[in-house]
Amino acid sequence: MKKNLTARTVVIGITMLICVFGIIDIPKSGADVAKNIQNNIRLGLDLKGGTHLVMQVQVQDAVKADADQTADRLKEDLKKQNLTWNSMDVNEVTRVEDCDKIALTIKGVPATQSSAFRSLVAERYPGYVLTVLNATDYSMKLKASELLDLKSDTVKRAVDTIGNRIDQLGLAEKSVQPYGSGSTYQILIQLPGVDDPARAKELIGTAAVLEICDVKDGPYPTRDAALAQHGGVLPLGTRLVRAKPRGTSDGEQWYLVNKAAVISGREMRNARPGQDDMRKWETSFNLSPDGGKRFGRYTEANIGNKLAVVLDGQAVSVATIQSKIEDSGRITGLGSEEEAVDLSRYLRSGSLPAAVIPNEERSIGPSLGADSIHEGILAGIAGLAAVVVVMLLYYKRSGVNAVLALVFNTVILLAAVSYFHAVLTLPGIAGIILTIGMAVDSNVLIFERIREELRTGKSVISAVDTGFNKAWWTIVDTHVTTVVSCAFLFLFGEGPVRGFAVTLTIGLIANVFTAVFVSKTIFDYELSGSRQVQELSI
Amino acid sequence: MELFRHTNYDFLGKKWPFIIASLILTVAGFASIAIRGGVKYGIDFKGGALMTVRFADSPPLEKIRSVIPGASVQNFTDPQARNEVEIGIELQEERELNISRQKMETALATTFGQPNSGKLDFNNASRQALVERLREPLARNGVASSEPQIQKLAEDLLDYRNTPPRSGLITDFNQLSSVPGVNAGILSTLKQECYLAPYTVKGTQMVGPKVGADLRNKAVLATLYALAGMLAYIAFRFEWIYGLGAVIAVFHDTLITVGLFSIFNEAIDMTVIAALLTLVGYSMNDTIVIFDRIRENLKVTRREPLEAVMNKAVNQTLSRTIMTSGLTFLTIIALFLFGGPVLHAFSFALVCGVIVGTYSSVFIASPIVLFWHNYSDQRRRPRAAVVSPASRPEAPARKSPSRAAK
Repeated sequence: MKKNLTARTVVIGITMLICVFGIIDIPKSGADVAKNIQNNIRLGLDLKGGTHLVMQVQVQDAVKADADQTADRLKEDLKKQNLTWNSMDVNEVTRVEDCDKIALTIKGVPATQSSAFRSLVAERYPGYVLTVLNATDYSMKLKASELLDLKSDTVKRAVDTIGNRIDQLGLAEKSVQPYGSGSTYQILIQLPGVDDPARAKELIGTAAVLEICDVKDGPYPTRDAALAQHGGVLPLGTRLVRAKPRGTSDGEQWYLVNKAAVISGREMRNARPGQDDMRKWETSFNLSPDGGKRFGRYTEANIGNKLAVVLDGQAVSVATIQSKIEDSGRITGLGSEEEAVDLSRYLRSGSLPAAVIPNEERSIGPSLGADSIHEGILAGIAGLAAVVVVMLLYYKRSGVNAVLALVFNTVILLAAVSYFHAVLTLPGIAGIILTIGMAVDSNVLIFERIREELRTGKSVISAVDTGFNKAWWTIVDTHVTTVVSCAFLFLFGEGPVRGFAVTLTIGLIANVFTAVFVSKTIFDYELSGSRQVQELSI
Repeated sequence: MELFRHTNYDFLGKKWPFIIASLILTVAGFASIAIRGGVKYGIDFKGGALMTVRFADSPPLEKIRSVIPGASVQNFTDPQARNEVEIGIELQEERELNISRQKMETALATTFGQPNSGKLDFNNASRQALVERLREPLARNGVASSEPQIQKLAEDLLDYRNTPPRSGLITDFNQLSSVPGVNAGILSTLKQECYLAPYTVKGTQMVGPKVGADLRNKAVLATLYALAGMLAYIAFRFEWIYGLGAVIAVFHDTLITVGLFSIFNEAIDMTVIAALLTLVGYSMNDTIVIFDRIRENLKVTRREPLEAVMNKAVNQTLSRTIMTSGLTFLTIIALFLFGGPVLHAFSFALVCGVIVGTYSSVFIASPIVLFWHNYSDQRRRPRAAVVSPASRPEAPARKSPSRAAK
């Protein structure tokens, strides 16, 4: 085994160089080292401080909205074919799990028109399944596959929308991604450095719903003034929304608008700021084909009336309809570039396909993170120092091997964290602690074995060889067992449990390399010089 | 230096006192859990809101309890005595998440702060809030600064506030004079616009009850699968009874640790799960080292009774067991003493785990294998042999568990 000593040394040297490069790059100065370490070893929110949010997407909103739109289209189709009906309703559900219970119920279709009705539905609404309830009543439900598509599409769009909104914050690092298994419809949002979750949620717009509503009346200076105008009671199917005029900090206005929106955020495709020929600022927008048709009919009939852009129950803009608008329109006469940019942002970002509500929220203040790191490092150094002292006292020169192997192991582990762009969290550090424990154990196992062999009167060289060989299979068994358990933890666990499994697995692989390969090479070096080594410092 | 040389203790002969001690500990743990009405879960698993608050002086626990009804207030008794408390509220409904947070924040602000003074609480301000608060007054007071300068100033001020030993809390604005770029004008503006509440909210965790239960189930399930995986691997490498013995020993460690958590009234949260996983790995490692030695010895000495072989293996590995456990214990004690409140529960679990995990390898895992072999040997022995006790010492050749090795 001693023949390829040089080759083994080269392998170790290159590995260590690659690892050190992964952690500190090529520093140009002493300060660079610290900076690069900070850049490369990314800490999790629990150590660095920040906000971690898990939001539940209310996918049933989107399913309901789809059924509502289908109801609208169906009504038109039925009218065109002169088919009649009594009522058409979509039931309300409040829980995500009840999505599949959403159905469109059509009642009172005359029995004589039954076949015409059924063929119409079959032809025009292939995504829906029609169930006959009795001679005149029917129920329509989304097909299972379509429902699944709609739900996952809703989550995807919510992720995009929330991502866009957070982008506007200009955060350097953020992560927005679907969370949990496929059927939970959750989104995980991580905002490092944002220690004020109220602000974060404000930006995410927990229930941001964009609507364009028909303005019935207004503006009024206060809510009471608006109510007084209508004798204290709001007319049926209307509501009051508050508008905050731009540029002024006081003086809110109230508008009375139709409860049912003309256009919802779902139908908003895009919006951008621009300037007209007179160089006045405006915001142009695009609607979906379906929404465009409806908007066209509505605007044609209501030229001269006002429309309000309502975001989460607050009017962000009120404009007068000047002409028929189909799938693309402009809101003109805006005061400034800022206003145009903001409005287009509202229109774009308002298109959250369903409400999202927080399920989990953790905000770690930066001082808590700093404390954790400070104390973690202190404790880590104290623990490691104790280990090093004991190893050197107990195993003397050979203890140096163990300490070197330990240092190499830690370097490889940190480099892997850096190369894999993994994030170091508290459970991850737990994994590192177990790694160090097992690394120490591997060395102890080997050394004790060598001592045993020496006691039987073997020569130093053969005792070292036998010691390593015999300890090898024990090390393999302990390590493989733990890696097997890590694989299961990674497959079935979530979040923190996974972080633990990943760091531990990396650490164990590194440990087989350092405790066996590196340590053996160092021993061989010590023994290769003089062939007749009489004593080993162990 | 060598501590244990040629030891020859009869470990397996003393198994009963330890098995009984284990049983007592397990029963005590279960009794404690039963008396306390179930395992005490942390916010992670139970669902609720948990706020970590640091006070300038020793925290007025009773006052906090009285202004936030229904809250559990736990004081940290860590050696640094940093005056930190955890205020927790249980939640029944996902929708209450935001409300309870606001409730806690408002209660703290009205009791200990000056929410009506019109000033900003510097100790609980975010960077953005501070920037917005200072921008105009700074300009008015003649401290001309550009936007990046203000941003930088706010960042430096808060960095200073957050760095230990201040850890998020300053008690006097004059402390800030050592921050680079802070001059008299800035200090007086700060004093005029901000006040210093005697507390700072260091972190808030809110978990919906549904999510909590979900997290808990997943963590438990993942651990059980992991145990099954280890059982399968050890069964493959040794014999199935070795796998079972190892897994029962590890399970025993986990049960006792969970019991100890209940006895010491510590809550189990996600970091404790990480610690439990660590101790499972640790204890399993310990057990395999001994099993490995037993397997090796069995190959050489087939005729010796299994108990003697096991005793020899434990004695041979004693030195390494003491070294490894001792060193691990050293590291974990450091973590427990200096690790601070965040690592408190984590290191507590490990302290329990290392002790229990080390002795379970000798006194739980090995006896299980021994019992099974004695039992199956007895069944295999012909009836006649039982009648004549003379043949007893000659145990039949055991099946060596090394068939899959190497």
